[in-house]
Amino acid sequence: MQTNQVLIDTVLRIADNALIHGHRISEWCSKGPEMEIDIALTNIALDHVGRSRYLYQYAATLIGNTDEDQLAYLRDAWDFKNILLVEQANGDFANTIVKNYFIDSFHVPFFLGLQSSADKQLAGIAEKSSKEVKYHQTFSRDWMRRLGQGTELSHSKLQEAVDHLWPFSGEMIVADDVDAVAIGQQLIPDINGIGVYWKAEVQALMQEIGIIISENAWMQSGGKKGIHTEQLGLVLAEMQFIQRAYPNSQW
Amino acid sequence: MEAIKTHIEQEHIWTLLESVKDPEIPVISVCELGIVKDVIYSDAIKQVIITPTYSGCPATKEIEMTIRIELDSHGYKDVEIISQISPAWTTDWITEEGRKKLLEYGIVPPVTASGKFGLMHGEVIITCPRCNSSKTKLVSEFGSTACKALYKCEECLEPFDYFKCI
Repeated sequence: MQTNQVLIDTVLRIADNALIHGHRISEWCSKGPEMEIDIALTNIALDHVGRSRYLYQYAATLIGNTDEDQLAYLRDAWDFKNILLVEQANGDFANTIVKNYFIDSFHVPFFLGLQSSADKQLAGIAEKSSKEVKYHQTFSRDWMRRLGQGTELSHSKLQEAVDHLWPFSGEMIVADDVDAVAIGQQLIPDINGIGVYWKAEVQALMQEIGIIISENAWMQSGGKKGIHTEQLGLVLAEMQFIQRAYPNSQW
Repeated sequence: MEAIKTHIEQEHIWTLLESVKDPEIPVISVCELGIVKDVIYSDAIKQVIITPTYSGCPATKEIEMTIRIELDSHGYKDVEIISQISPAWTTDWITEEGRKKLLEYGIVPPVTASGKFGLMHGEVIITCPRCNSSKTKLVSEFGSTACKALYKCEECLEPFDYFKCI
């Protein structure tokens, strides 16, 4: 059977984004600024990790001789294909909200488009994810507004967060060579088209809440190809510790 | 005779499934929640088709296990349980009876069809399940579980869960 490496890479990219992002938000568990926010963030994390499971199960069947747990817990950083944005540290609440808002605003059009994937499995997973990410975006967008239009302090922390995370947004909304082939095979929707939509949505909100977007064009990248920031190492060290310290351990 | 036996067994399986309750909301069955999609029962194929609700729902595995135990303990060890993610589960599949049970239990059922997403922040009125007041306020989009939002009633001052539309 011919393995479609582009399909495998595409599935892993979406899976790794889901797992790493879900794991990062789950770090807020027991540390949320309010109980309701703690519960909201951990429930959102569950949605993402749940999606990663469907994707890893599928990837495992495509790759052969592996399973979802090996893919999640036994690959090293250079084999992960998530974008750099999702591995960044949570930082303060403003930073987490901006990170979430950026990815949620990408996810909404992305999963909507993915429902038309030529790959039936991806289309099915997209159908479920599409509904869930709308709620994620409502949560993060509302918090962008509350923080942006709150106090001087909340506004300045939000501005700092946007300045810090803006250079990571490009990798998400620009198709690389692998994306281009996947788009050609109709596995995923047009990333660049989504990027235009994303920029419009984000710029409109920033204008509404008085946040300035940097004019710098330079963007961080490399995650999709396995070249990561030091942050991913820290995520994996914690997330994979138990499996690596006690190989084959089971619940 | 064989056809009648098969039919009786299929009906029996549905009855067993109707007795499997949601682990988080023990008054409603997995059938009433629309989690059980179909029972295919013939000499050739014996399958219970279920569908997960939210992608990360921790109860999904437990529901599958409970169904397995229920089937096995009644002699249906050869019935396969198939989990189907497409078509995606929607709250539209919650039965009328299910919605009544949710409300009696204190959880407001989804008020609109899943096609309408603008149901937070004053776009739809959620009435208090205890005192029926419409003076309710959203506390958080995500309540005790991912599928529910947390509201509070500004008249009787009690908090309550709202089963989100999806």
